[in-house]
Amino acid sequence: MSAEKTELKLPSRLESVDEAATEAANFAERNDFGDEVLFAVDMAVRESVANAVKHGNKLDETKPVEITFENSTAGLAITVRDFGEGFAVEEIPDPTNPENLLKATGRGILFMRSFMDEVEWFNHAEGGMIVKMLKKR
Amino acid sequence: MAELNLTERQAGDITILDMDGKVTIGEGSVALRNTIRRLLGEGKKKIVLNLSGVGYVDSSGIGEFVSSFTAVNKEEGSLKLLNLTQKIQDLLAITKLLTVFDVYDSETDALSSFK
Repeated sequence: MSAEKTELKLPSRLESVDEAATEAANFAERNDFGDEVLFAVDMAVRESVANAVKHGNKLDETKPVEITFENSTAGLAITVRDFGEGFAVEEIPDPTNPENLLKATGRGILFMRSFMDEVEWFNHAEGGMIVKMLKKR
Repeated sequence: MAELNLTERQAGDITILDMDGKVTIGEGSVALRNTIRRLLGEGKKKIVLNLSGVGYVDSSGIGEFVSSFTAVNKEEGSLKLLNLTQKIQDLLAITKLLTVFDVYDSETDALSSFK
């Protein structure tokens, strides 16, 4: 299989969420991924880019969101990097705890973990956070 | 075209919001929030969200359903969900919100649940 990699750099505004999702769908279709992968990747890209734009870069358009899509034998790998202050993923409250059920926010990470096979967060050496996700073929 | 179109119908004192489009971060979520606020301001506290035309919801949209639910409950009203696609039902299951919302697949059943 020939590996394909696409890199995007988008401004921190809400419109970038749709733009990233469209690029992800095009990439997945071009690389013959099925409908289940398309749905999962669409959801994960929307949630991760929304988090990067809103919570990471705090809608500061001078800070970009960097996204990569890579096709490999393992599946479709995605990275999303912001240039914010970072966060500790283990400190994010579980939205399915009864005490959090009626909160309006905090479900994006749950969706990313539910639909992707692997999701990991790292502090980037040069600042910001990077989330790496894999959807197996 | 707007991301989410909301059309209002009355069945007695019950308001049915026919929703068509996406309930996602930004415009779609805001449209729902503003409509629920307006209905509550008009004293309309029995509300059915008809999601038959909603093909896509993200975590922000799910959050907006929760906000709508709590806002209506605060005014001692009641909000029900109607005609969810399988994908939206899956999202409510993942978030454990199927136990929170009253969900119907028949408008007749949704309307009679208010009695």
